[in-house]
Amino acid sequence: MSSTVYHAPGTVEDAVALLSADPTARPLGGGTDLIVQMRSGRLSPGAVIDLKRIEGMSGVRRVGDAFAIGAATPCTALKANAGLAAAWPGVVEAANLIGSVQVRNRATMAGNLCNASPAADSVPALVAAGAVCVIAGPSGLREAPVEAIPVSPGKTSLAPGEFVVEIRLPPRPAGGGDAYLRATPRTEMDIAVVGAGVSLVLDGEGTCTAARVALGAVGPTVVLVEEAGAALVGTKLGDDALAALSQAVQAASHPIDDKRGTVSYRKAMAGVLARRAALIAASRAGAKA
Amino acid sequence: MNAPEQMKQFRHIGTRPIRPDGVDKVTGKALYSPDFKAPGMLWGAILRSPHPHARILSIDTKKAEALPGVKAVATGKDLPTLESLVMHVGEGASDIVDISHNCLALGKALYEGHAVAAVAATSPEIAREALGLIAVEYEELPFVLGLEEALAEGAPVLHDTVFTKGVDPKPDKPSNAAMRVEMGKGDVEGALASAAATVSGRYTLEPVHQGYIEPHACVASWNGDGQAQIWTSSQGHFAVRSLTASVLAIPQADIRVTPLEIGGGFGGKTTIYLEPVAMVLSKKSGRPVRLAMTREEVFRATGPAPGAVIDVRLGADADGALVAADVQFLYHSGAFTANDAGAGVSSAIGHYRIANTRVVGTEVLCNRPAAKAYRAPGAPQVNFAVESAMDELAGKLGIDPLDLRLKNAAAEGDPQTSGLPWGRIGYVECLEAAKAHPHWSAPLGAHQGRGVAGGYWGNYGGPSTVNVSVAEDGTITVATGSPDIGGSRASMAIMAAEVLDVPYEQVRAVVADTASIGVSMVTGGSRTTFATGMATVQAAEEVKRLLCERAARMWGVPADQVEWRSGAVACLAGEAQGQTLSAAAIAGRSFHSGGPIAAVAALSAQGWLPGFGVHICDTEVDPETGHVRIVRYTAVQDVGTAIHPDYVEGQIQGGAAQGIGWALNEAYIYGENGKLDNAGFLDYRMPVASDLPMIEAVMVEVPNPAHPYGVKGVGEVPIVPPLAAVANAIHAATGARLKDLPMAPDRVYAALHPQG
Amino acid sequence: MSKIRVSTTVNGDHAEFLCESTSSLLDVLRDTMGLTGSKEGCGSGDCGACTIMLDGEMVCSCLVLAPEAEGRTVATIEGVAEGSVLHPVQQKFLEHAALQCGFCTPGFIVAAKALLDRNPNPTEAEVRYWLAGNLCRCTGYDKIVRAVMAAAADLRQERTPA
Repeated sequence: MSSTVYHAPGTVEDAVALLSADPTARPLGGGTDLIVQMRSGRLSPGAVIDLKRIEGMSGVRRVGDAFAIGAATPCTALKANAGLAAAWPGVVEAANLIGSVQVRNRATMAGNLCNASPAADSVPALVAAGAVCVIAGPSGLREAPVEAIPVSPGKTSLAPGEFVVEIRLPPRPAGGGDAYLRATPRTEMDIAVVGAGVSLVLDGEGTCTAARVALGAVGPTVVLVEEAGAALVGTKLGDDALAALSQAVQAASHPIDDKRGTVSYRKAMAGVLARRAALIAASRAGAKA
Repeated sequence: MNAPEQMKQFRHIGTRPIRPDGVDKVTGKALYSPDFKAPGMLWGAILRSPHPHARILSIDTKKAEALPGVKAVATGKDLPTLESLVMHVGEGASDIVDISHNCLALGKALYEGHAVAAVAATSPEIAREALGLIAVEYEELPFVLGLEEALAEGAPVLHDTVFTKGVDPKPDKPSNAAMRVEMGKGDVEGALASAAATVSGRYTLEPVHQGYIEPHACVASWNGDGQAQIWTSSQGHFAVRSLTASVLAIPQADIRVTPLEIGGGFGGKTTIYLEPVAMVLSKKSGRPVRLAMTREEVFRATGPAPGAVIDVRLGADADGALVAADVQFLYHSGAFTANDAGAGVSSAIGHYRIANTRVVGTEVLCNRPAAKAYRAPGAPQVNFAVESAMDELAGKLGIDPLDLRLKNAAAEGDPQTSGLPWGRIGYVECLEAAKAHPHWSAPLGAHQGRGVAGGYWGNYGGPSTVNVSVAEDGTITVATGSPDIGGSRASMAIMAAEVLDVPYEQVRAVVADTASIGVSMVTGGSRTTFATGMATVQAAEEVKRLLCERAARMWGVPADQVEWRSGAVACLAGEAQGQTLSAAAIAGRSFHSGGPIAAVAALSAQGWLPGFGVHICDTEVDPETGHVRIVRYTAVQDVGTAIHPDYVEGQIQGGAAQGIGWALNEAYIYGENGKLDNAGFLDYRMPVASDLPMIEAVMVEVPNPAHPYGVKGVGEVPIVPPLAAVANAIHAATGARLKDLPMAPDRVYAALHPQG
Repeated sequence: MSKIRVSTTVNGDHAEFLCESTSSLLDVLRDTMGLTGSKEGCGSGDCGACTIMLDGEMVCSCLVLAPEAEGRTVATIEGVAEGSVLHPVQQKFLEHAALQCGFCTPGFIVAAKALLDRNPNPTEAEVRYWLAGNLCRCTGYDKIVRAVMAAAADLRQERTPA
């Protein structure tokens, strides 16, 4: 552990250079995963690159009706941004289920994403919302959908020298609403046994015109379940549509048995939570349509 | 709240003053074990077995010793070879050889996390690096974790020296059945066969951890002349001294143990893990050595409460009178012989009058950390089974569950499981108070259910030493040998102030080190307010007598011509008749009237009584997720007399919360590889603030006639009833009877959706 | 590897320290600066016993690297009282017997003060969820929650003009 070097670069370019120079180097945002992994010996990076001294890396920017969230923005700061909380309540709530207030004052959504845990709370909500990452790397900036980042537990698709600088949320569509729910044994301080994020759009008649459903902790990565979204489109979220949603979600769930849950429980909960989240999203869409 | 039977007018007993150590603890000044530093101190670290069961073929420490900054390395071979000796220091007895081998393994590693070697170095980083340089050659052995698996033919046997105790004749083969305890009377099978209603079931529990927030830590300094100092937090620094001295085979008086503030124990800090190792490292290095555990080490290497498999059968006649009880259980001992089974047997069914009983408990060795006392050790497990079965029986008979318990509740004079008669116990009073409480008849909402359970714990008395001394200005110091784990300084000051009839603030209570006060047993067994309190009262009474004697001498009157009145001595005769002398006036002249005024009480307190509790729990169960919310909770308990009611309530609330955690989410989870999979607070899920409602503590006072103020132990009882209270509430809410703990959402869901 | 020099503010005073690159801020507070009021119960952010304020936000100091404190403002339990005058949260913890062993208490007090600084009138549920990152094994939280609610009432009263 003591062989790890600490850097606090002031620019994105310097951070990329430091990350490129040492393939074991890790970016440090809130540190709530990284420092735990270092302390337990699971990870011994050659360097930690603290992103928080880079201009623009902390905070929420409004870009027209869209939002750009700096990689080092702590989860509690999302809640404090009234515009973001009104536009994407599901995302903001998901990010504010992570850990405790102490943890959320440090933890970031970018870190939650790049830690690549299948149980990451903010990721299903981001995927459902259609969020995009801005990634800095040796060849400049590129964009990728959030769901393209994690590839397996603890592994991302980021190339050497790359790191996420920003997460972008689109403008909230007219008639849109989102929600995220998770199942945990405790009310707080827990890891999702299953998580479900739903973002949908209702027309003036209450008919669903678009829907994205993403699940956490039912496979090696957070998954976008297109069939589940499709089950809602064209419906008014009646019992049949919700049953089809649950069925699609369960069919797409391939969880494991581990200390946090069983296969059968996870599959069952995926169906329950997706249905409940869809109803909350719909009520939000209706309320604001 | 019931009034004490012999109502006394107390000035201090029953009041709620601020604890004397309070300001230090709310400002961060109080020194706990991990806070202490000695000048020139080295930092130690412990290498632990990665295997659940392995022969240690060799340990090569040369590379570690060669690392710059490393000052000492120790292995099990550095501890002396000991003769088997069972030591009774706290809640339960342990063989000193087992304690030694648990501190540092010798020959075999018996569980993942078992200490194998230790280093001391000039920094924590160097110490950790040195651990990586110690080469241990292991021969992995088959391991066993489960209770029935450990008893099965062909199971790996942990110790070839263990032949089941309590079995006659002694078995001819060693086995993992360490001990068998049986009590009973009458014809159980006959009574069950003719009973109007019977219930039976198998109940299982996983091991759980005490979960104190302060990890174990100590600093030891052992000089070349043989004298040593240890600074540590524990539930008993005298136990630390006697166990450490015994493990090292040195005189006890050569070790001075200074008690630091203790950050929770719940039974888990009645033993030693680090002290002998730190001592050896100190002797080798010639410097003070700190050893401190990480949270992960606490989980992997310190005592969980045993898990259990419990078979229960109850029988009653048509009116609900219990006629027979058969309870047979297996408890995890872990790597070394533990002794929760005895307490489990005596805590199983003694709260009911039953003519035909059989209770059999067996301690089972397995490749888990050595089980240690956890709040009412051995009682909650078996109580969960019996009180769940009582609920089922009430349902079968169509009798209100509180009425069923009232009908059968044991009272003074009724026989305990051992056959001895109960003393002045308060189970009936608790049941009546529960029945009268508004909670019992409050309406319930959708998906909600109400459960109730009763239980008890035997409590204890035993040795305590207290020194009460009077300063020259008349202020009083009470020094005890009992660590203050939850407000006992305040309770001692209250009792001394009550005896002397002086203001609470005139009395200050401290916890003295092993060189400054006489032997005192651990703060455990719910004994401190009772036993150390008794010693405090006795010593304060003697101080009162001395003050009277001195005053008489000052006035020149016979001692029987003075009287203690309102915190001062009054003269009843002679020239000074009508005058009074305060403690300050007497103590200020004490150097000229016979010397300083102080009294020591060293006693072994007798006459303790058990405590009984009845808990009412409302749960709300989400039928779609199996998630259980505790909606309302009321804990009724016979507390004898509440000396400081805040801290009595605190014990009841804390014990209930621990029991709720045990019921719902806490459990050791092992992987297929025999390694603990949840050695941290994230996945070992103790209740957080948002998991619990307010916990109403209802204190019933049935005073103990053997204690000057009627004290009964209160600390352990409240963890006994919650497990069944929660299970019974879930049953009431859902109709599902859960017999396996923890009742985590997936378990509840599975019970509600048997088709998957 | 040479140590890193960090310049920071702790409880209102300028402070400088040398640390390893991966030392936690908690380690530095406890071992280098002698501020042992912040406790390490887990080292993984799961118990809250090490709660401090970093630039006005409560964090687990075990999950902050010491070099991150450069130029920042740190406040610990040792700075909560003003001299010998206890903060109302501390006073109410004493009056309500909201501590038994006291090991988790510093973290709870720092966290509770942070809550009341931004929300002077929290509901019981708000108190419980805000404090969910602080584990207490002794009290069952009952008296802690009551103490925080009482401190809130006390603080509100002080703000009301007489």
